[in-house]
Amino acid sequence: MSSSTASAVSDLAATRGSSASTGDRIFAGLCKGAGIFVLILLGAIIVELFIGGWPAFRTFGLSFVWGANWDPVAEEFGAIVPIYGTIITSILALLLAVPVAFGIAYFLTEISPMPLRRPVGTAVELLAAVPSIIYGMWGFFVIVPLMAQYIQPAVIDSAGELPLIGWLFAGPPFGTGIFTAALILAIMIIPFISATMRDVFQTVPPVFKESAYGLGCTRWEVMWNIVIPYTRKSVVGGIMLGLGRALGETLAVTFVIGNANRIATSLFGPGNTIASLVALEFGEAEAGSLKLSALLALGFILFVLSFIVLAVSRVLLRPRAGQ
Amino acid sequence: MNRLTSLLGAAVASLALFASAASAQQITGAGATFPNPIYQKWGEAAQKANGIQLNYQSVGSGAGLTQARNRTVDFGASDAPMAAAQLEEHKLLQFPTVMGSLVAIVNIPGVADNQLKMTGELLAEIYLGKITKWNDPKLVEMNRGVALPNLAIAPVYRADGSGTTFVWVSYLSAVSPEWKSTVGVGTSVKWPSGTGARGNEGVAGTVRNTRGAIGYVENAYAIQNKLVSTQLRNKAGNFVSPSHETFLAAADNADWSVPNFAANLVDQPGAKSWPIVSPTFILLPKDPKDATRAVNVMKFFDWAFTNGTKLAEELEYIPLPKAVQDAVRASWKTQIKGPDGRPVM
Repeated sequence: MSSSTASAVSDLAATRGSSASTGDRIFAGLCKGAGIFVLILLGAIIVELFIGGWPAFRTFGLSFVWGANWDPVAEEFGAIVPIYGTIITSILALLLAVPVAFGIAYFLTEISPMPLRRPVGTAVELLAAVPSIIYGMWGFFVIVPLMAQYIQPAVIDSAGELPLIGWLFAGPPFGTGIFTAALILAIMIIPFISATMRDVFQTVPPVFKESAYGLGCTRWEVMWNIVIPYTRKSVVGGIMLGLGRALGETLAVTFVIGNANRIATSLFGPGNTIASLVALEFGEAEAGSLKLSALLALGFILFVLSFIVLAVSRVLLRPRAGQ
Repeated sequence: MNRLTSLLGAAVASLALFASAASAQQITGAGATFPNPIYQKWGEAAQKANGIQLNYQSVGSGAGLTQARNRTVDFGASDAPMAAAQLEEHKLLQFPTVMGSLVAIVNIPGVADNQLKMTGELLAEIYLGKITKWNDPKLVEMNRGVALPNLAIAPVYRADGSGTTFVWVSYLSAVSPEWKSTVGVGTSVKWPSGTGARGNEGVAGTVRNTRGAIGYVENAYAIQNKLVSTQLRNKAGNFVSPSHETFLAAADNADWSVPNFAANLVDQPGAKSWPIVSPTFILLPKDPKDATRAVNVMKFFDWAFTNGTKLAEELEYIPLPKAVQDAVRASWKTQIKGPDGRPVM
């Protein structure tokens, strides 16, 4: 009696199991396919960029990476100016953004009264939701005239006359330039860095901070000696995330960087980034020409750069063991 | 389930309807940004007049060329004329549609519209970075009676590859051998000095914001945005201001008998000619796969030549002389051949 019921139950389970497992298998297969598709897509993009850029690499060799001559008429292309522009604007943007983001995170986790935390936090995160073309337009129509008419002439007249660092601030006050681009980029990456910082500051076990306060530490000492060393890796990861965003930013930078294929010594001088150069010259580059190949090679270099930065940030932002 | 199916069916049916309506008499084109305003205006007007629907994407002359070569559009548009060998290789017929002119715009405190006198050689030296201040002796000598301040010159150029740049550097190359040998001609060149801006709007905006700036824009843009332009010395040695009269004088003096209509209107002789005028071109495949679409393209431009002159003039373009329009029509009849080898029109 029990064996027949048991076999009936097991038969029932078997029939239900097989139809359920087919559906399960299809679903699992689709998910696996989606994951593999993304990997293939990534690989395809890398390969396409490299193949497209191969004529440029072959013609100029490795000197393409540090060549300074971007001459479409003579068909000589060198990537050092856009690479330099990309790196310098991103680093400057970080220098401007990290203290502000740190201040925001510190304010939101330690100082601000509880009712203010959500509104201010939301407002900062809304900055990340603004489309980058809006940043570009706002930068071009609002920030650039401000810089050209008030800020740049004032700085050029004052700091530009100083003996050792005067050359950093020389040149006509165009309004556009590397500094303006770095400023806009800084505003764009502040939300990313401050959000990461805020999240990791809140993961510090309260017992550490309470003990420090109990010993008589000031707020700043607790922040500098307890919270930051505890969260250092993640903070750096958040900064690298912001850096990765700044490296690839196209339109906001194109409007305000001044688009000159020369390395300017002055911070107010015009420059170029890889993304803005490709965006501007892609439309006029004919298929099969060396210029198109040079632009694709530049895209490959940018891809490699961003990939490295983002991979490092992912590693640093991994949750700590045991969390 | 029933409602869903019927809704889906209705959606598909309406899509099919749209698709069939769209394909009736639609022509596609891509390319130059300079004639984009007038092509869009002509497109709207032509649709009302003879039902031909134009879909024109101003993606840049280079991209337009690529698409015309690959036959992904019915016609391509380019500000710069193509080399004869390339036209042969890709079996494209090149013909002009309108002409436009470039002006130099400046932002110097105290200088009014069309007050400053410039020459091509001085413009080349400014863009080469050789003349760096507005009160340089050469400029002062040419402009006695205008108070030129001790202000740095900030040259502004087009950062994006553009046909406007092509016309500008063609002019500079024509008047300055040094420019021709160091920088040369192209839709995008290696500018020795100055800063770039994106599009005509960008150049105008940058010049407006920067004291001491000088830039180049299409005349339509300068007029509509009330920018301060300069006089230029033409080949005959006279200083002329940009106006319809001087543009027409340049266009009249042009030699249109060159192959592929690639007339070079830069620095034309003539007492009143404006030095920087240029036609813009259409590239039409000589062996269209779809004869109907090719006929529609030619009908569209035929309509534009006959009825679109007023629209073009309103937008500050210069219409082609009638003789050239007739020559273009003649070339359509002889050059465009359908798949059976017979002329399409």
